[in-house]
Amino acid sequence: MNKKSKWRHFVDWVNGEEAIETPKKVTLKKIDFEKWKTIFQKYLWNDRKKAIFYLIMCVFVSVVFISILLQTVNTLPYFGGSNNPASNEVVQRYIESGVEETGATNIMAGMILDYRAFDTFGESNVLFLAVICVVMLLKKDKYNTTEAEEREQKEDDMFEKEDTNIILKRIANLLTPLIFLFGIYVVLNGHISPGGGFSGGAIIGAGLVLYASVNGQQKMQKFFTYKIFVRINVGCLLTYCILKGYSFFTGANHLPNIIPKGIPGALLSGGLILPLNICVGMIVACTIYGFYALFTKGEI
Amino acid sequence: MEHVNYIHNIPFASIFLTMFGGIITPLFRNGKVAQKINFVIVCLVGILSMILLENVWQNEESFTFMMGHFPAPWGNELRAGPLEALMALTFSFVMGTTMLGGAKFIQNDILAEKQNLYFVMINLLFGSMLALIYTNDIFTAYVFLEINTIASCAIIMAKGTGESIAATLHYLIICLLGSGLFLIGISLLYTITGHLLMPNIQQSIIQLTTSGEYAFPFAVVIGMIIIGISIKSAVFPFHFMLASAHPAATPASSSILSGLVLKSFIFLNIKMFYCVFTIDLIRSLKITNVLFLFGLIGMVVGSVSALKETRIKHMLAYSSAAQIGYLYMGLGLGNHEGMVAACFHILAHAATKAMLFLCAGGLMSVSGGKDGIHDLRGAAHKNLIAGIGFTVGGLSMVGVPLTAGFVSKLYFASATIYSPQKMLITLLTLAISMILNAMYFIPSAIAIWSPVEKKGEHIKLSRRMEAGIAIFIVTNFLLGIFYKPIIDMIELGISLL
Repeated sequence: MNKKSKWRHFVDWVNGEEAIETPKKVTLKKIDFEKWKTIFQKYLWNDRKKAIFYLIMCVFVSVVFISILLQTVNTLPYFGGSNNPASNEVVQRYIESGVEETGATNIMAGMILDYRAFDTFGESNVLFLAVICVVMLLKKDKYNTTEAEEREQKEDDMFEKEDTNIILKRIANLLTPLIFLFGIYVVLNGHISPGGGFSGGAIIGAGLVLYASVNGQQKMQKFFTYKIFVRINVGCLLTYCILKGYSFFTGANHLPNIIPKGIPGALLSGGLILPLNICVGMIVACTIYGFYALFTKGEI
Repeated sequence: MEHVNYIHNIPFASIFLTMFGGIITPLFRNGKVAQKINFVIVCLVGILSMILLENVWQNEESFTFMMGHFPAPWGNELRAGPLEALMALTFSFVMGTTMLGGAKFIQNDILAEKQNLYFVMINLLFGSMLALIYTNDIFTAYVFLEINTIASCAIIMAKGTGESIAATLHYLIICLLGSGLFLIGISLLYTITGHLLMPNIQQSIIQLTTSGEYAFPFAVVIGMIIIGISIKSAVFPFHFMLASAHPAATPASSSILSGLVLKSFIFLNIKMFYCVFTIDLIRSLKITNVLFLFGLIGMVVGSVSALKETRIKHMLAYSSAAQIGYLYMGLGLGNHEGMVAACFHILAHAATKAMLFLCAGGLMSVSGGKDGIHDLRGAAHKNLIAGIGFTVGGLSMVGVPLTAGFVSKLYFASATIYSPQKMLITLLTLAISMILNAMYFIPSAIAIWSPVEKKGEHIKLSRRMEAGIAIFIVTNFLLGIFYKPIIDMIELGISLL
């Protein structure tokens, strides 16, 4: 082994071929650090000990955090108490004049889609973003699928066609329209009764997943392709963006708003809440089905 | 019809414009069209922010904007002042220039059919950063923080290789830890104050601290929120996510992550200090000291790790970690001057690091895509502008006069005068860190400029990349020479927060 001179080390470092490292073997007053190091690694810090140490540390950190949080929750005000800091003028106005100001008898819908609609706009964007992320990651391309996988997929599809689980298919096909109907009901009545875009959309999405898992993705693709999926998502979010942009603009600049509030309790009431609920519902349904399709087949 | 103040609509318009851009982008299958839309939107937001900055600076005002028909504690609210406008302008400038300079890398690294989705992420990421800058409501901050997390993971992942997916997982786990702590903090804070709007929380907090009620939950809340945001901005023990994320991502993504995304969280931290918890409270609870300590350790550890690297992108990633340390040191000084220096460093580092990553990408592409520093020998001769950019960026990181890095280091050093007990250690660490910076930037600069005998085949360079890097170089010198008005703006902005 040829030993490099100090100058050579320096030149290599300047050239970027070598990083500055701690010298391999340090001898200081006849203490062999190398030997100590090996002994240390062998008896005190071997893999088993390391694993045990990490395990103990994990448990320790978790226990500390749990006890801090439990202690915190213990000192918090009693849930739902009338003297709580959270029972203030904000909640009071939501409850007392929410129906009158938003036109929605479901105060929750009024809160999330009218008072704090900007946050909900962000949340719908989170869903959109999440599904686009999954498309980016899992939609088949030359990086994430090999030919063998492709072949396997084709065989699976063949097998799926021959699969005649007649009872399951009949029942599922009977149930799916009912589930859709219920989902649509929940979405449309979001401003009148409990429910709304998020919950109704989840029901419709579940219906889509049921239909797809029973009848196979190919049948699904007859009416629900990637193109339609993108268009529904984009269309709904765009509607949300434009409607709410208009509403924010008129509200903030104290301009007259042409959207009528309607009579609270009627189906066509609540101003923008109904169309926004429909948009949110469709986005949620598409997202749920999109996740299912991409995670199982890598294709919508 | 009443008079409409269009200037006050700018924050709202910028956020909605970028979100609108993000939403319509999946309709265009062609990545180039998506890129053009993105560029136009970023430029528009930049122009709007400039108009806003001009106005709020002339009038020395900050204003709130009601999002919807209901006034603040009931509806959402945005807030803008000189500091917010300056940040928005910087972010759109860096974003636009990075997208201009990094266009080639995006086209090469990302599959053609998925390029439009990449720009969805970029648009929404930009929108979420604008929302984080302008928001006056902590729950809105959380919602957009979520968008920010998902989109930043997506732009790391966009390359689609195994390495980038592993890096994304690493990044995601640490980011989610930060978001989780922040969310728990917000919900506890709501329980004890009953508000989500920043000024109202501040009032409640002042009452709580004087009455001494809920002292323990309040301490937990401050800890969780500040630690949560700090984790997301890759403060010292959590900086390892950068080291795996940057090398795996395409250079444009690295530039945006290091230059903007981390900065948006630090800006959120500054906002938390001034608008939610008052700065006096933060100081009296010694939070500044904790951040100061982690900042100092980060500065040294980041630089030492960078020194040990022979791969250029890892080196830049660790250097980012060190620079985040500088920022937390500035916040940790706990005085007005430290804050001003930290804000200036946000601008300086955003412009410099974005350029460095683009240049590193440019140098790597002319040396066969290898990222070892010795593989880049003589690369600057093949890609002149990237070589100059890398050198200028390195000098700025070291803190050579006339560059942006010099000004921020000068202000950091002079800010220590107002915190005498921290003066000595700050100055010493600054000196050590600058020497370490020089020790790893100068050898790599020598390596890229060292003459090579055989002329490699001429590689055609992208005009847009050259333009992007050239704009960054000019900006760096401009920031380093004409820094006074910017410092004035920052001082005004902080006093109005």
